[in-house]
Amino acid sequence: MASQDAAPKLYAAQEPIFPKRVKGPFRNFKWALMIFTLGIYYITPWIRWDRGPSLPDQAVLVDLANRRFFFFWIEIWPHEFYFVAGLLIMAGLGLFLFTSALGRVWCGYACPQTVWTDLFYTVERWIEGDRNARLRLWKQKWDFRKWRLRVTKWIVWLLIAVATGGAWVFYFADAPTLLGDLLTGQAAFVAYATVGILTATTFIFGGFAREQICIYACPWPRIQAAMMDEHTITVAYRDWRGEPRGKGKKRREMAEAAIESSRLAGPTIRGTEPGATSAPEVEAPGDCIDCMACVNVCPMGIDIRDGQQMECITCALCIDACDEIMDKVGKPRGLIDYLALTDEANERAGNTKVPVMRHILRPRTLIYTALWAAVGVGLIVALFIRSEIDLTVAQVRNPQFVTLSDGAVRNTYDIRIRNMTAADATFRIGLTSDDVLRVDLEGSQDLMVEVPADETLLQRVYVIARPEDAASSRERTDFRFWVEEFDTEERAYNDTTFFGRGQP
Amino acid sequence: MTDQPQHPEEQVLQEGDPDTTGHSWDGIKEFNNPLPRWWLWCFYLTIIWGVAYTVLYPAWPGISGATAGVLGYSTRAEVAEEIERFEALNADLRTQLTEVELANVTRQEAPELYNFALQAGAATFTTWCSQCHGEGAAGVQAAGYPNLLDDDWLWGGSLEDIQMTIAHGIRNEDDPDARWSEMTAFEGILSDEEIAQVVNYAMALSDVDGDGANAANHAYDTTLASAGENVFLDNCAACHGDAGDGDRFLGAPNLTDAIWLYGGSAEAVEETVRHSRFGVMPAWSGRLSEAEVNATALYVHSLGGGE
Repeated sequence: MASQDAAPKLYAAQEPIFPKRVKGPFRNFKWALMIFTLGIYYITPWIRWDRGPSLPDQAVLVDLANRRFFFFWIEIWPHEFYFVAGLLIMAGLGLFLFTSALGRVWCGYACPQTVWTDLFYTVERWIEGDRNARLRLWKQKWDFRKWRLRVTKWIVWLLIAVATGGAWVFYFADAPTLLGDLLTGQAAFVAYATVGILTATTFIFGGFAREQICIYACPWPRIQAAMMDEHTITVAYRDWRGEPRGKGKKRREMAEAAIESSRLAGPTIRGTEPGATSAPEVEAPGDCIDCMACVNVCPMGIDIRDGQQMECITCALCIDACDEIMDKVGKPRGLIDYLALTDEANERAGNTKVPVMRHILRPRTLIYTALWAAVGVGLIVALFIRSEIDLTVAQVRNPQFVTLSDGAVRNTYDIRIRNMTAADATFRIGLTSDDVLRVDLEGSQDLMVEVPADETLLQRVYVIARPEDAASSRERTDFRFWVEEFDTEERAYNDTTFFGRGQP
Repeated sequence: MTDQPQHPEEQVLQEGDPDTTGHSWDGIKEFNNPLPRWWLWCFYLTIIWGVAYTVLYPAWPGISGATAGVLGYSTRAEVAEEIERFEALNADLRTQLTEVELANVTRQEAPELYNFALQAGAATFTTWCSQCHGEGAAGVQAAGYPNLLDDDWLWGGSLEDIQMTIAHGIRNEDDPDARWSEMTAFEGILSDEEIAQVVNYAMALSDVDGDGANAANHAYDTTLASAGENVFLDNCAACHGDAGDGDRFLGAPNLTDAIWLYGGSAEAVEETVRHSRFGVMPAWSGRLSEAEVNATALYVHSLGGGE
């Protein structure tokens, strides 16, 4: 680690990484999660949901042109955007919760960058072979075989990338129609541009940039580090059990030296005898046989035995790899394991391992869970009590009032009636006030208006106070506008103010 | 394990620490964490992008303008193109507006055309009419610009009347079809006493509740007012009518209602009687298209006073 004579290089080339195939419970869990998450992503836009003739029948649809979001039986209008805000708050609290309890579990299992990179590695392994074969291929000259394997791999990657970019746009339009349009060249330019950009990012990020995105481009490693504490479980190496590491001949020599050393130190080597001060000068080799299995399977190209590091996405593949080796050499599993920082001191002191649930269940995570659940319950309640009709009133204040030829005072209001049902509806407009006020609608003889299904109607409404009524001379009179659906008699209302002359 | 440092300024590097650059200031050493090379490529790419951009698009300022860019792009042209696109989209509605009977353009019968007319009319009104009539169409009483929201009309409040007024204007000399009338200035024709009598009579005309003040709440002299009846009938009734309820054919205001074009105070009414008023409105048929005039008529009609 001494300073170098030559000037240091300012830029480093990307270190190629060839993760080895691994088997084990964490790998199996990751396979299941990959199928689950990719399944949700690719299949969701194709689920149909019957909403009647005037609404789209796609279960999940972000209809930007008409400003609607459809999610199965739920339809969100722009004025209900607080649902989205609530979901974002839940996502934030969920991140706090998972990170404080389980560390960077999002990075290791669920992040799209991880999932797609994992998929791309699987394809690479399937076409070019496992770690050693890929290493050889990487070092060898560009002959026909190398070109054939590389081009095959790139084509499969590209197909996955196109499917990924393609699936994204299906969330924003009717999927079957859009697929037909895309294939026949009829779709909008923005659809092709979106597919193109997402294809490029998937292909480059999943195939080439890979761990560089996590290390250099992503803010999560920095942010999540701030949310972890000494009880957060994360992937770690039991160096108190594994060190000093060694393998083969070196390991045998270490063992022999340790035996020799302990023989010289006499019977007090284990410190069991009171007053013993001498310890063996040479430690016996630890459980780590330095086989590099943990390093070889790492998709980030790091050595977990160096301790916690920013590059580690906690995918736990090194746990699977090490456990397999420990089984082979007849040592207990868990040399690399999910551990909390407090476990080190605890286990060095000779205590048994604290169960994972003891680490997870602590006030901090329970508070996060409670907050998260409270927001969730609030949103569900809001969802069930929301009305299918809605009324907003905007008073026209230029001018505040108009004097009519008989001396009456008239105020004008722009009211918007939202019919969020799937059927056309007729509404009666009225007002409730202690004062005598009359309602008139622009362009209509009566007080009824028709609002088509899933639409908003803007109606100019006049409220008139006759000269002999108090509201015409009073400065302001509060009253309530209401609309009533003709058939269901469902009501919505809005409180507002009537401006009079302000003088007798 | 490493020995404890002899001097505090000597930093001890741990296993797994990155290399240092060899730089050391007061014992503080700098870790060697080189930037990834692709980051450098991205930087070069942005430079290439930047140069290409200034070649393709308007960029470098000169004395009398900027380089045009080889793509010939301009924001002004883009806006013009966009306007043209929307004009083309609306061309059909515009044609309909010139052919249709205006009274048939209602929300019930022609919702799309009605909606278009109101939006287009509002835009035209804001651009050309709001200078006098105000953004909210409430007029300016001090200057005699009529309030278009109320139910009192000098020349009629039907769609045809409003359309006619907008197209040809009032008392302007540019359009032979402009609505025209002229009130006599009575200074010198009537004596001061007669003027005072007729002013009070005119104010009393709108005192519907008989409280000695007109509908705009300005008090008048009842003695002078009753003396003014004959003066009114002799000099004013020809246009304003025996009852004083005006004549729309002549644009003579109704004096019995609560609305005063120039205000209902004794001073304002006396000013009108002595020196007359001569409100002028330009004709818009030359400046606005027929469709725009019709759209504006529909808009004004929809503001609350339309008949």
